[in-house]
Amino acid sequence: MNASPYLLEARDLQIRFGGVVAADGVDLAITEGRNLAIIGPNGAGKTTFLNICTGWIKPSRGRVAFRGRDITRMAPRKICRIGIARAFQHPQLFTEHTAIENMLIAASARSGRQNPFIDMHNLPERGEMMHLLDMVGCADVADRMVVELSEGQRKLIDIAIALAMKPALLLMDEPTSGVASAEKFQIMDILVKTLAEAKVTAVFVEHDMGIVENYADEVAVWSGGKVQFKGTPQEVLQHPEVIRDVIGGEVA
Amino acid sequence: MTFPRRAILPAILVAALALVPILAPFLQVVLIFALMKGIAVLGVTVLLRAGQVSFGHALFFGIAAYAGAFLAASPFDDLVLLVLAGLVASAVTGLVVGLFVARYRGIFFAMLNLAFSMIFWSILEKFYYLTGGADGLRQPRPTVLGMAFERGPFEDILYYVALGLALLLGWFVIRFLGSPIGQLFQTVKTNETRLEYLGISPRVALIKGYVLSAALCGVGGVLMATAQGIVTPSYAYWVRSGEMVFIAVLGGAGSVAGAFAGSIAYELVRTYAAAFAGDIWQLLLGAFLLVIILFAPGGLVGIYNSLFDRARRGTSGSGKRETGVPAKSAEVRS
Repeated sequence: MNASPYLLEARDLQIRFGGVVAADGVDLAITEGRNLAIIGPNGAGKTTFLNICTGWIKPSRGRVAFRGRDITRMAPRKICRIGIARAFQHPQLFTEHTAIENMLIAASARSGRQNPFIDMHNLPERGEMMHLLDMVGCADVADRMVVELSEGQRKLIDIAIALAMKPALLLMDEPTSGVASAEKFQIMDILVKTLAEAKVTAVFVEHDMGIVENYADEVAVWSGGKVQFKGTPQEVLQHPEVIRDVIGGEVA
Repeated sequence: MTFPRRAILPAILVAALALVPILAPFLQVVLIFALMKGIAVLGVTVLLRAGQVSFGHALFFGIAAYAGAFLAASPFDDLVLLVLAGLVASAVTGLVVGLFVARYRGIFFAMLNLAFSMIFWSILEKFYYLTGGADGLRQPRPTVLGMAFERGPFEDILYYVALGLALLLGWFVIRFLGSPIGQLFQTVKTNETRLEYLGISPRVALIKGYVLSAALCGVGGVLMATAQGIVTPSYAYWVRSGEMVFIAVLGGAGSVAGAFAGSIAYELVRTYAAAFAGDIWQLLLGAFLLVIILFAPGGLVGIYNSLFDRARRGTSGSGKRETGVPAKSAEVRS
């Protein structure tokens, strides 16, 4: 039973890398259906937070719960299986395969089929995987090797693979970094629409304030190993301290 | 369904292999060893598809051969039972060893495999009263489905058993590699992080393929011992493991057809080079592999594929390179 009102809840997280404090008593809660952007200076610990939430790194103190269930010490593969998927700053794809094969591998992982006489290309999920590629605007490159595709296309396929796991929560690390400015908003339009259709809540680390302002429902400002502010984009992005310390502009 | 043109030559070669005992019996001994080694090399090939090289797979070759030899000396001395015993012994050993080695990758994986095989080799050498030490064990000729055969007919039967198993296991490995479980196993080579984030343990995925690869080596080993009528510790020696990797690269690393093409080429070169240039046959083999690595990294199967593509482009008259090939795996590795 889910006793927690939050989809994901981090309490009192602490982790250090040598002398660097990436998280020092962090509390952050994510509400289902509310896309959260995490902003902050480079090296502040934003990606570390995603790593902790997906089990890649274990915090020295604190607790992470997903739908009220403690996942702090779980392996990434187990966390993935209960509904948290991850897309990466540098797309994590199977480089010797085509886009649709990458999707079918994800479908294979999800289904857990062990029959060695089924051809992966004939999986019943093929239509669903093509639909996901179509949703992220990559259906036309389905049969191309992923190494031949642009960074933007690879990022979208990385996200589509994560969505193939039918997660409730998708964690994305800078989904528009390395993408041409002209493509950024196009990609985010597709992405937010796809997430809404798939009923997936998203947490994304982002440096582009235009993206944050337009596509996040909530914003958390991560600085000095803590969440300094959390609120709507309008509240947070106009806060004088955020403008001065994170955005780097003049306070009006 | 149309028969793919690329498969015409391999089909002719298989038909020719089937006719060897009738039309070219002088090649039968060389080719029976080539087929049996080819089955074992298939095991190494499976691992190469996950990006891992083992310098210790002779362990499974040897353990199955000794399992078969022990069984052949018992009342259960039928060829079918021997092959099954070899398969089970090597698969179980593969599971046990796999639990350890699947934690490691690259050079550590290769050397740990080597270490396990050399431990087994030492046991075979030292436990003389059980294994016959360096002299090995003589393996009596088994029955086939309960029927006893003289040497000549038995060798013919064994040849066709080896050919049949080579085809069956080759087909099975192609199906396995194309299946979801086989594809997940192969992604260990390209992205373990993504695999973990798809809810799959890369270690478990690797173990599954490792057990298959051990079982294949085992089938090759038990057949070889049956053909030779004797098993010695050399079955598990590191040179045998190196030979398997050598043949896999020669045929086309990661290619199922390449395992057999490489094995046949290797045995033919070895036999005839040894006959005509007794002192330098290893040098000739080494030079042969060097040429393959430098000029045809896709191995013998890669050479065949590129010649086939060139011929097809020539006959189509376009002279253009084909585009839109969906996956290189489909072309180079079948």
